[in-house]
Amino acid sequence: MVAGILGYKVIKEVPSLLHTPLMSGTNAISGVTILGSLVSTAFAVSLSSKLLGFIAIVLAAINLIGGFLVTDRMLKMFKS
Amino acid sequence: MIGTYEVISVVLSALVLLGIKLMSSPKTAVLGNRIGAIAMFAAIIVVLIYNGIIDMPLLWIAILLGGVIGYAIAKRVKMIEMPQMVALLNGLGGGASALVALVEIYEKYPYMTTFSRITSQLALAVGAITLSGSLVAAAKLARKISQKPIILKKHNQISNSILLAVAVFIILALFSNAANSGTFSIVTALLSLTYGVFFAIRVGGADMPITISLLNSLSGLAGAICGFTIGDPLLVAVGAIVGASGLILTQIMCSAMNRSLVDILKGSQLNNSAQAKKSEGKITAVKRNEESPEHKKTPAQLLKEAKKVIIVPGYGMAIAQAQSYVKELYDLLESQGKEVKFAIHPVAGRMPGHMNVLLAEVDVPYEKLCEMDAINPEFAETDVVLVVGACDVINPAANTAEGTPIYGMPVLEVDKAKSVIVCNLDTKPGYSGVDNSLYELPHVHLLLGDASETLKKLIKSIEQEEVTLSSKNNI
Repeated sequence: MVAGILGYKVIKEVPSLLHTPLMSGTNAISGVTILGSLVSTAFAVSLSSKLLGFIAIVLAAINLIGGFLVTDRMLKMFKS
Repeated sequence: MIGTYEVISVVLSALVLLGIKLMSSPKTAVLGNRIGAIAMFAAIIVVLIYNGIIDMPLLWIAILLGGVIGYAIAKRVKMIEMPQMVALLNGLGGGASALVALVEIYEKYPYMTTFSRITSQLALAVGAITLSGSLVAAAKLARKISQKPIILKKHNQISNSILLAVAVFIILALFSNAANSGTFSIVTALLSLTYGVFFAIRVGGADMPITISLLNSLSGLAGAICGFTIGDPLLVAVGAIVGASGLILTQIMCSAMNRSLVDILKGSQLNNSAQAKKSEGKITAVKRNEESPEHKKTPAQLLKEAKKVIIVPGYGMAIAQAQSYVKELYDLLESQGKEVKFAIHPVAGRMPGHMNVLLAEVDVPYEKLCEMDAINPEFAETDVVLVVGACDVINPAANTAEGTPIYGMPVLEVDKAKSVIVCNLDTKPGYSGVDNSLYELPHVHLLLGDASETLKKLIKSIEQEEVTLSSKNNI
């Protein structure tokens, strides 16, 4: 909750100039669910769960790494 | 109890917040993004160590595999494809949350508290909706499926019943044994996926920015709920940040269009009144610019003589890939000592800030990109406004035509400028379906056709204009 409110305050200040990078940046951060997938895959017992968990990690990692790199590329273009 | 892990979680969440804060200025944004990335990778390592699973090869293989794929697509994607890229990545995040929830349900259901059971089901549903909704949105943006809203008969009833069914199955799963709950969860997941499709398929082109930011918010929400299930404070905190950010963007977009979120999700208001308007607004935009000498000048002459020029880009610029010509023209006008600015409407394009990214790609300095409220007072003192592929966001009908979908939507007041040059493909109404009354005004010049071609010609004729002028001077 606290995080949500703080996040709200911080994001309100971002100018619309940077909304796309902001979105793709927070989008990358939403790959944070990788933390959950790591833990549940590691402790999964059945094979099918492990497989699902494995896919979850892969997806989250694509989200995370792809998102940050794309944002980085975009931000580098903003020059004065 | 507050242990080391909780402290680390707070620190890392704070880092993520700091990263986002730094993204509020172009100068520090690159750093901000990297801080966010580093915080995330630190979080992964901490979680691996804390749970004693850092030496499991399976996990590393998965991370590497995802990392390589992510790296490959991030390097290859073109800026023009950015909206669908963001939508796609977003969907993957939602999908991952849904899968985690599913694994948790399969593995631990008998030992879960009621709270975890509820959250795991919710994470499953929200994650699945995010996944399918984002994929549909990405396909629409990539023009793999029609950008027009696709509305089935009784769309509302169907999607509401699906949502209701999701709720029923969640409740069923809560009160059943492990084996059944697994089955019910699968049904919940499938229904949620269907709901996501229904939800996204009826959103059309210009409402996409709102849908994307809403889906972005949902993917954060799914992560946060997932965090509750697993009991991971870091996941909860960061998920909440993302959820909040998506929500704010959604809110900003909605107010920029003067429409409520519900209207957009329903897609209904737009279509009904758009049709009504089409029949009544059939005043053709042919008879114009014959009166005063100002109006007889060619667009090139106007631009040549102008002191202050404002360029208004829209989604048409993106389709025509005309941003490099816009930049060329901008350079030309600047080199002639004119004041040139860009006016960016908050919902121009297909995602929040879309135009800014495209213009930044072609090296337009970001100080020249002005937000609507800042630039609107300046139109009155502007000699020439050059519109490139924008329609609804400059339509003065938004202020006057009551009952149309865009009525009350704040627009760029380009009609106040001395002359307006419109480089649009045609005079057809924009996405909203409302005829643009701007086209009928006497001081508006229409250069119809592909914006890239039009701009090329325009640049050439300005250059020729310069030659003729200087040769005259020489004589």
